[in-house]
Amino acid sequence: MAKTIHLNKGLDIRLVGEAALKTEPASASDTVLIKPTDFVGIKPKTLVQAGDEVLAGSPLFFDKNNPEVIVVSPVSGEVVEIVRGPKRVLLGIKILADKTVRSLQLPQIDVQSADAETLIKFLCSHGVWAFIRTKPFDAVAFPDIKPSAVVVCGFDSAPLAPSVEFLLQGKEEAFKKGLEVLSKVSGRKVHLTTHAKANNAGWANAFSGTENVVFSGPHPAGSVSVQLHHIAPLNKGDFAWYVQAEDVARIGTLVSESRFDGSRRIALTGSSINNPMYLDAVIGSSMAALLKDQKMADTEFGNRVISGNVLTGDKVGQDGYLGFYHHQVTVIPEGKHREFFGWAAPGFDKFSLSRTFFSWITPSKKYALTTNMHGEHRAFVVTGEYEKVFPMNIFPVHLLKAIHNGDIEQQENLGIYEVSPEDFALCEFVCTSKIESQAMVRAAHDLLYGEWVDSRKEPVHH
Amino acid sequence: MKPLKRLVENVEPHFAEGGKWRKYWPLFDGFATFLFTPGHPTHKGAHIRDGIDLKRTMAMVILAMVPALLLGMYNVGYQHFLAIGEQAAFLDIFLYGMWKVLPLVIVSYGVGLGVEFVFCIIKGHQINEGFLVSGMLIPLVCPPDLPLWMLTVAVIFAVVIGKEVFGGTGMNILNVALTARAFLFFAYPADLSGDKVWISGVGDQVVNGYTGETALAQFAKTGGEVAGMGGQSFASQADFLWAGFIGLIPGSVGETSTLAILIGAAILIFTGIGSWRIMASVALGGLAMGYLLNGFSGSFPDNGYLAIPPYSHLIFGGFAFGAVFMATDPVTASQTPSGKYIYGFLIGVLAVIIRVLNPAYPEGMMLAILFMNVMAPLIDHYVVQGNINRRLKRVKLATHG
Repeated sequence: MAKTIHLNKGLDIRLVGEAALKTEPASASDTVLIKPTDFVGIKPKTLVQAGDEVLAGSPLFFDKNNPEVIVVSPVSGEVVEIVRGPKRVLLGIKILADKTVRSLQLPQIDVQSADAETLIKFLCSHGVWAFIRTKPFDAVAFPDIKPSAVVVCGFDSAPLAPSVEFLLQGKEEAFKKGLEVLSKVSGRKVHLTTHAKANNAGWANAFSGTENVVFSGPHPAGSVSVQLHHIAPLNKGDFAWYVQAEDVARIGTLVSESRFDGSRRIALTGSSINNPMYLDAVIGSSMAALLKDQKMADTEFGNRVISGNVLTGDKVGQDGYLGFYHHQVTVIPEGKHREFFGWAAPGFDKFSLSRTFFSWITPSKKYALTTNMHGEHRAFVVTGEYEKVFPMNIFPVHLLKAIHNGDIEQQENLGIYEVSPEDFALCEFVCTSKIESQAMVRAAHDLLYGEWVDSRKEPVHH
Repeated sequence: MKPLKRLVENVEPHFAEGGKWRKYWPLFDGFATFLFTPGHPTHKGAHIRDGIDLKRTMAMVILAMVPALLLGMYNVGYQHFLAIGEQAAFLDIFLYGMWKVLPLVIVSYGVGLGVEFVFCIIKGHQINEGFLVSGMLIPLVCPPDLPLWMLTVAVIFAVVIGKEVFGGTGMNILNVALTARAFLFFAYPADLSGDKVWISGVGDQVVNGYTGETALAQFAKTGGEVAGMGGQSFASQADFLWAGFIGLIPGSVGETSTLAILIGAAILIFTGIGSWRIMASVALGGLAMGYLLNGFSGSFPDNGYLAIPPYSHLIFGGFAFGAVFMATDPVTASQTPSGKYIYGFLIGVLAVIIRVLNPAYPEGMMLAILFMNVMAPLIDHYVVQGNINRRLKRVKLATHG
């Protein structure tokens, strides 16, 4: 019998534009961009130059702080541009993709007989280790540090998020294999989390070597930090691993088929998309390719193309590229409109955690929300709001105050290692004073992570 | 609306960075965002946001105060005509009250917002909406005949010393409206206590049997057999309690009607703006202390206040108003969920202690809330420390166990 954890706090933002459960191959993406900026706290060093031919699985770059872990190309083709920013910071490696993907043939490995060290080396050098990230910090895991827990989340609770079961369709065997590998390299039982309302609530039991934990309740029930808080809370110095379910299947494919699988099924969502559905694309696909067959809504101020979901995603624009870990694209209208006496209007069309708008009359209505801020930044006034959407035994406001004050000891005392920026996304959403707390947590984590990396003090040779 | 919108958009550049009236940008922004919601989109972080902002929040609190304001206006007229022994039609009664109360509201808002604008221009801040609520709270807790110049002085004191010196809305330690009220009480005690201040427009022409004592004083003196208040008399204790509940007894403008305040409380709790934790625990604290003290009434027969039915504390005076509109001020209350229970409970307890044991102060609720405003950060400190200790203990277990 799986353990069930009920979360009462949180909020499901009801949006228009959920992807229908059907999928098509995406238009062949002419270019693919792999962005080191999608990885937390890395110092990237490129392994290719413009003009190089690559195969799916060819090394692209690595992190000087964590040099064993190689990020590889999801497609075959030609490196057309090394995108650099100020001070020659590596921003991306752009690849002109072949029409049909040719994969780098990797050596065979037998999971049963291989020892953990060999297996870890194999995963690191062939590109899939980069999908294993840690809580805290959300950075790529260091292969030499054993995790305190391993979580594979079988659902995504974010607004309009894809059905993870659908993302895994046809990849069940690879998923199973991936779980086995994860368990072996971590030396721990994998916690496979599912949601009580999802179709895969029972499917998790089918995988041996895992411990199924069922969560129920609204978003952010699917946040790994929230889950860890209730399964195995992190102490200072602990590192837990987490991997997205589809990427577990990617690990499985690597060991069973000896090739790097660069495909990525994504959900195309949002109210500005005329036909929200799934697409079978690749990691780092261009928005141009993903949105090619879609007619975008004609809105007064244009549309915002987001890689990821509306709470934590990146504004990439129509000429941007899919984030490395993202399995969703959201397109919503920009909202620069001014509303006459909007603060006094009944507000049937306004979504709110509070019942200050008459939209409380329609508790199941779905909204086509725009990017409007609905107000201006103010000093922190209203208390008790964040707590309603923060299902952890942590005081979010006091933690943010400790971050604001730069008081690291107090941050640690209040649980900075147990939270992620994404856990504050709903706080940011509901905040009456429009305080942007995700960036605050990100900055605090960057500082702590930087200090931790420095403290390892291992000379880097590569 | 279109031409107005165009006007706002046309003059905006003059107030923007580099414009000739840049200095007055807070003023422009204040008016522009009052007319039209700001058109800013999100830049970083969550791409969509909740429809709520501070303006909407404050508008809801004001809406919640409207029943108390309207009933207060009516009651000001009602008490006036009773006291001078005249019959009057409903409309006359209401208009008299409105004539008395409206100037208080206008002066309170005018002066308070004026001070806010000055500070915002000096500091280059945006106008914060905090005073929209304070500006309504202040007249509601004042006696109806309060001279307008006193109100002006009190509002300036409250906004400058109570709020702006701490950094403005969200930074103050004491509730702004109560700071104004406390200032009035200690600076002009003659105009805020005594027999006649609670009824508007009574000189010497009062009816026979007129009494200006507060409801609780009446109760304490007669042990439940209530003669009357102001120009009215009551047949029974139940009648008296009922009049107090409905709000047809003399008192500050907006705090007499427990019924109107309960309607306000319902609005605040339903919309999610007001903390039910605080409201409920204030009431509970008041009742608990009331019953405790009531138990000693036999031992100290000299103090009539001990014998008052404990629940009547919730009906008379500023208790209900304070619990619903003052104690719940999020800036000055405890910020942690469990801290709110402690904070509220102690307000109720203190208010009743002051009322019963020191009846010279009819302002038990005001003093209790102000005192607990000061103590709120301490309560939060211990609540947060509890959370920290649990975490430290877990680390210890992990390393030793």
